[in-house]
Amino acid sequence: MGLADRPLRYLQKKTGIGGMAAFFLAPNMLIFGIFVLLPLVINLAYSVTGGSALFLDERTFVGADQYRQIFNCTNYLDPMSCQEDAFWTAVGNTFWFVVLQVSLMILVSLITALILNRELIGRSFWRAVFFFPVLLSPVVVGLIWRWILQRQGLLNSMLYPFGVEPYTWLTDRTFAFGAVVGVSIWAHMGFYTLILLAGLQAIPKDLYEAAEMDGTRPARIFWRITLPLLMPNLLVVIVLALIKAVQVFDEVFVLTGGGPGTSTLFLTQYIYETGFVSLPRNAGLAAAASILMGLVLVVLTLLQLGVGRKNENKGKRR
Amino acid sequence: MALKSILAASALALMATTAQAGDVRIMWYSDGIEGEVFQDLINRFMKDNPGINVIVDNVAYSVIKEQLPVQLEAGNGPDIARVTAIKDLSKHWLDLRPLVADAKYWDENFGANADWMRPDGSNQISGFMTQLTLTGGFANKTLFEQAGVPLPGPKATWDDWAAAAKKVAASQQIPYPMAMDRSGHRITGPAISYGADYMGAGGKPAPLNEGAKTYFGKFIDWSKDGTMSKDVWVSAAGQSYRAAADDFINGQVAFYYAGSWQVPNFAKKIGNNFDWVATGSPCGPTACTGLPGGAALVAVKYTKNAKEVAKVMDYLARKDIVKEFSERTLFLPAHKGVIAEGVNFKSDSQLVKDALNTFVNATKTTSDLALKMPGWRWSDTMYGAVVTRVAQAVAGEMSAADAFSRIDSDVAEKVKASGL
Repeated sequence: MGLADRPLRYLQKKTGIGGMAAFFLAPNMLIFGIFVLLPLVINLAYSVTGGSALFLDERTFVGADQYRQIFNCTNYLDPMSCQEDAFWTAVGNTFWFVVLQVSLMILVSLITALILNRELIGRSFWRAVFFFPVLLSPVVVGLIWRWILQRQGLLNSMLYPFGVEPYTWLTDRTFAFGAVVGVSIWAHMGFYTLILLAGLQAIPKDLYEAAEMDGTRPARIFWRITLPLLMPNLLVVIVLALIKAVQVFDEVFVLTGGGPGTSTLFLTQYIYETGFVSLPRNAGLAAAASILMGLVLVVLTLLQLGVGRKNENKGKRR
Repeated sequence: MALKSILAASALALMATTAQAGDVRIMWYSDGIEGEVFQDLINRFMKDNPGINVIVDNVAYSVIKEQLPVQLEAGNGPDIARVTAIKDLSKHWLDLRPLVADAKYWDENFGANADWMRPDGSNQISGFMTQLTLTGGFANKTLFEQAGVPLPGPKATWDDWAAAAKKVAASQQIPYPMAMDRSGHRITGPAISYGADYMGAGGKPAPLNEGAKTYFGKFIDWSKDGTMSKDVWVSAAGQSYRAAADDFINGQVAFYYAGSWQVPNFAKKIGNNFDWVATGSPCGPTACTGLPGGAALVAVKYTKNAKEVAKVMDYLARKDIVKEFSERTLFLPAHKGVIAEGVNFKSDSQLVKDALNTFVNATKTTSDLALKMPGWRWSDTMYGAVVTRVAQAVAGEMSAADAFSRIDSDVAEKVKASGL
């Protein structure tokens, strides 16, 4: 009999099952309340107040002014027509980043997982190689790639013998955006590869053996067996990657600082700059922007929950 | 017994990490070697004042710039801090007037810059400038000599320097003729030389005038045609600061516009690799001015040990201590008595001595407006808008004309949002 048995039995007798549930949930709810719910409410309060003070009682109530400022545009497709043009530029950049990074990363992760699932020499080594960047701090990732791509960096020194003049890659707007997407894929694909690899290994081998005995072509095996059975993992990976991509910040901040110009300025950096760097600091506007970004993340999280539930139901039917 | 031991150990550990009465925490950042000199001075103070424990927290400049203001707004922070946003944060500084041993000494010796660090209209003693700085140029003399291009003289214009630096870059095959830090403060001195007047009616910011537009336009054009290094200005978004010092140190730039605080950095990092000279600020049609500034050591009003803080500040403000700090760090002092007596900078390098003399001489041509900027409430607001929008124009995201109108609207928006 455990040490806590007697008091717990007594508690259950006194409070019933409901009381016991509340007792066990209370610590978690308390921590959730203090570290998640409370900051959310405070953030909401910031977004409807103005001024440079940090204490809420010293801030003046401005209602929806911060939101009005953000949405003050003559043409939402042209950031420069907006009062907060940096916000809309960041929204546009984030959108394109999410589209490109997520789709390319899923593709690369899937191909890598398919290769790593085969009987390779040194398979464990190769799996570790692809997972290694996931273990790196985003700041380290940003610094490594900055050292590679800067004017006196590794890439230029490798190209120089071929007659290519040194170029500052990260000051080229198109290349900088591509570099940010590429570096982000490099840094995170290992994690998604691992999830897809687990999914691939869960597919019964006998299905492949039967297909091979029937003389089915490899492409058909992929489309008819691998992809459908991998779909639950793939959907989870897509939603997780989407959420992560919307929140992109650290490695990009180190790599390009949001430049050149604002071509790699993403929403999280806009919020950080507005609230902590730009003078005078505007915590209210930053809070309003983060609430809007939070709404996007809520939609994506609901999508993830929906996908999870759908998979669960499918599993039950099977 | 075991429980008692654990509790006792926990209490000891807690005591060891909690600030005691008499502790003075100083948040300090370094551009070069001044952190070591400062710690040495503090160690001597603690030896003479065993009741006061001074803890120097060495932090990155970005912590001072981005995290300290938030701490201060929350009513926290260190007891003393070394800052550059002096006026902007002045409401958080402690008035040392009733606490220092001799307020008259402070007024006499630091009075010239006292207004930079106190709320408008007050006579508060907030602290003192650890050094005065002046923006100005540096030329890679060795590259000029190798290219056979004479260094432009003291009255040379920005156009003269641009033409000479381009010749050097072409001859020596370096990537950048000129470079300037990504900083609104840095670009403002040259803009004032072209007639910029940031201040409007009632001390509020004025829309950019023709002088400012002319220089900013020139800077944007130079960045696009390769006369000025584009890389530094497009290597970040928003108001983030970037220095081009490493490019100059690596011999990649013929002319670099930064300021006097880089002298000790160059002395240490360039060494004998090449000869360099300080040039002062090139001229525009209106002036040949740099922009003064510097870092101040200020007391924070949220301290719980005000008396001890005042004692530390009194010590650091002493004439002999300021003199020693300036001589060892190669910084220009802000102490009237020390300036009058003269400073014997501790350097064997003639390059360093000449550079410091050049900056001292350049103070003579500093314009009245430039002298007012450090004490102006809106200077940081202007600098922020300028660096953000000019950088966007340099990156090709908007035209120069659009950048100028955006600077005006950004500043107007910030003034409106402040409620002042």
